[in-house]
Amino acid sequence: MARGQGASLDKKKLLADPILVTTIVLLITFLTLFILYPLAILLVDSFVGDGGFSFSVFKRVFKMPKFTTAITNTLKVGFVVGIIATAVGLLFAYVEVYVRIGKFAGGLFKVVSMLPVVSPPFVLSLSMIMLFGKAGIITRYLLNIYDNSVYGFWGIAIVQSLTFFPVCYMMFRGLLKNIDPSLEEAARDMGASRMKVFTSVTLPLLLPGIGNAFLVTFIESIADFANPMIIGGSYDTLATTIYLQITGAYDKAGAAAMAVVLLCITLAMFIVQKYVLEAKSTATLTGKASRGRMLIEDKSVRIPLTVLCSLGAMFVILMYICVPIGALFPTWGYKFFPLTLKWFKLVFTRYKGFKAFGDSFRLSLIAAPITALLSMIISYLVVKRKFKAKGFIEAVSMLAMAVPGTVLGVGYIRGFSGGLFHTGILQGLYGTGLILVIVFVIRSLPTGTRSGIAALRQIDKSIEESAYDMGADSFKVFTSVTLPLIKDSFLSGLVTAFVRSITAISAIILLVTPQYLLITVQINEFAEKGSYGLACAFATILIIITYGAVLLMNLFIKHFGTSKKITEVE
Amino acid sequence: MENTIDKSTGKTIEKTTEKTNGKTKKGVRLEHISKIYKDPKTGKDFYAVKDTSLEIEPGSFVTLLGPSGCGKTTTLRMIAGFESPDEGEIYLGDEAINALTPNKRDTAMVFQSYALLPHYNIFDNVAYGLKLRKMPKDVIREKVMKILDLVELTGMEARMTNQLSGGQQQRVALARALVIEPSVLLFDEPLSNLDAKLRVQMRTEIRRIQQEVGITAIYVTHDQSEAMAISDKIIIMDKGVVAQMGTPHEIYYHPVNEFVADFIGEANFLHGPMLGEDSGYAVLDIEGNKTRVELSPKMKVGENYTVVLRPEAASLADEGGLPCKVVLSCFMGSYQNYHVKVGDTLVKLEEHNPKNKKIYNVGDSCHLVFDAASVHVL
Repeated sequence: MARGQGASLDKKKLLADPILVTTIVLLITFLTLFILYPLAILLVDSFVGDGGFSFSVFKRVFKMPKFTTAITNTLKVGFVVGIIATAVGLLFAYVEVYVRIGKFAGGLFKVVSMLPVVSPPFVLSLSMIMLFGKAGIITRYLLNIYDNSVYGFWGIAIVQSLTFFPVCYMMFRGLLKNIDPSLEEAARDMGASRMKVFTSVTLPLLLPGIGNAFLVTFIESIADFANPMIIGGSYDTLATTIYLQITGAYDKAGAAAMAVVLLCITLAMFIVQKYVLEAKSTATLTGKASRGRMLIEDKSVRIPLTVLCSLGAMFVILMYICVPIGALFPTWGYKFFPLTLKWFKLVFTRYKGFKAFGDSFRLSLIAAPITALLSMIISYLVVKRKFKAKGFIEAVSMLAMAVPGTVLGVGYIRGFSGGLFHTGILQGLYGTGLILVIVFVIRSLPTGTRSGIAALRQIDKSIEESAYDMGADSFKVFTSVTLPLIKDSFLSGLVTAFVRSITAISAIILLVTPQYLLITVQINEFAEKGSYGLACAFATILIIITYGAVLLMNLFIKHFGTSKKITEVE
Repeated sequence: MENTIDKSTGKTIEKTTEKTNGKTKKGVRLEHISKIYKDPKTGKDFYAVKDTSLEIEPGSFVTLLGPSGCGKTTTLRMIAGFESPDEGEIYLGDEAINALTPNKRDTAMVFQSYALLPHYNIFDNVAYGLKLRKMPKDVIREKVMKILDLVELTGMEARMTNQLSGGQQQRVALARALVIEPSVLLFDEPLSNLDAKLRVQMRTEIRRIQQEVGITAIYVTHDQSEAMAISDKIIIMDKGVVAQMGTPHEIYYHPVNEFVADFIGEANFLHGPMLGEDSGYAVLDIEGNKTRVELSPKMKVGENYTVVLRPEAASLADEGGLPCKVVLSCFMGSYQNYHVKVGDTLVKLEEHNPKNKKIYNVGDSCHLVFDAASVHVL
């Protein structure tokens, strides 16, 4: 059987669409240049030195005790955080989906799932120090403990668990809602106790999902830079070690080799998560819930679970609230009253607040629409079109999800500071605002693409085909059919990209030049110096900005979104 | 392909385009078309459509009929341009269109799921193709209103698509396809999402509109009664090849093989060798009985033949015909349904209007009678 003619006709048809071809070529160039190339250069740099190909750089870094300790530290933290976050996330999801909880607890749950989205990554580290540190409100003033140290392993583990468990919670909520209640009712009907139903039906169905959540958290944890930076103290993880290797020891080759090691770890886990567990975790849950679930009313189950989760939720909320309040105290840990706005004043008078917010805001505002549009184009190509390079585009844009920001940052330094392959080509890019925008785009692209693909899969393929059949070319189909239909997803992609960009730190901190002041970098700096008032003031304003952006988006979707329009006329 | 009877081959190419009312109507010609897919389970390639040649005359209504997986939708999608044939060439009129993208082909498709654009109202949905052709606004308005009138949706143009019933949505899809005045209209199981009653109503509508406009139409369905009701010609497909192409009459009364006979309507198959001829009929030995059947010139004494007997073409009597035993007797209202055994062969038959006829019960011995002219020899 020869399939040659069909393939060559498909190719001809593709080439008859110049806009599509140009888009694909540009996209491939962009992804290669800004995702694959920086990673490739890390490999090249760490293997090829002055004396040709060798393992000498790797040998050197593996002889550094701080590097080997960092590897163990990172894995230890990742493992513990993965377990805690998964367990807590599962508990919250189970209680929400299975137990009748009051309005109040329901509201708390919603807030908890929302908070990590809108807050900068290190907020919890700040509040952890302020509440439980040496001069922490709770430790010193409530419990009279004067020598409590939050820095180190447990500090990082707790803060990361609190930061990442809402992600697990959302994942499990989706999975649990997809379990057909009649499965569990059948088990109950045959005489199983509630506990037995959970262990023999619910849990086995969830098992791949649990593995999935664990690995996702694990990856997030070992890629995290901001929290270990602030609360790690002398407990260094890979991300911080790499950062210090560059900024402290000026050992770029060593940092490159370390980055390769970190990348290998995350990549291996990502592959397992993506291709083994993710597929399985949805495959076992194909059953559509035929009707609503009978919620657990039993008081002996309901009350303890509700109270436990509500307390947990309130604790998390307290941690977040601590930051804006901290910004109002005259001196944290020593003088609490009268409340003052002096830190906010200082931010804008002495510490160039206007410039910092202006720069961050402007760069993120440029990056957001590019990211949103790019991810929609990628999703459209991946879901709706057939062409050879499709697999490449999908794989590379998903790959970016597995690349820790620190690794990408080092890759950009190695890849662009001396131009492409150290030849001087494109050298002008390094140190500009443009490269910061590109990093923002690359860092948010995977999440945008993932939600775009999910949204597009919902749309019947024949709707686009019909437009194509009526005489529209690819560009017209995309602009007149696809984009309007996924407007909501586009809008939320836009805001997510904006929020992620303005709160980003890990890659950016390595690439930013004194010419640009970024809020996150400022917060990190003040937090390290111990100026918590200033750090809190910066962080508070940042939270207000991101929260405002999310509110604006919800308002917009409510009034102009497609879903609204469709439900309204029914 | 040994079973294919393509009644249209041999016709000259010039006949595939024809002028009526000043507008050129075009036919469609497939020459040795094949499409190969990979089986997702085994990873092996297989022919979804194999070496298919067809000629569809301008202005005719042709149905591609077959069980699921027979290649009918793939054939339609190749004509529309969504799939590219791995072998062969497709002609629209006299023009080879293999390399043309769907948007450049002079065809318009009506989809199974209607595929209306949910963010546009009815008017904009129908006007979509005209706007792409950059027509002036007033021309668009005039054309859209005219076509909405044709599909009886006048006054609905401001509604959103989800405010319409399934049947109305299908009319919009039809109007949208018609308004761009394509040479060929393609239908991909357009009625399968509608309920039974509406299906019957809509198929009459589609036929009426097709004849009013005089457009060439290719229609994919797996519903044989739908195919019988609307087609000039039916193409029966099986496992990627054309089993038979012909008018509904030809297909029903002269099926070329057991598959076609069984797929269209119900069929009983009787087998036996030919004994000789008798006054213009062939005489077969069926289960030990001399039976007269229709004679065709290619028949030879001594050869084995299969006879197709339609359930409505036979009846039961006390004598004559083939002796048989009743194994099922069931009153259906408009007919009495019998299953009888002739030797080892089960025959299903329908005795219509049974009110004043003798009813046989299970276990009765009787005789199966039929007119020699109403059976067909394969």
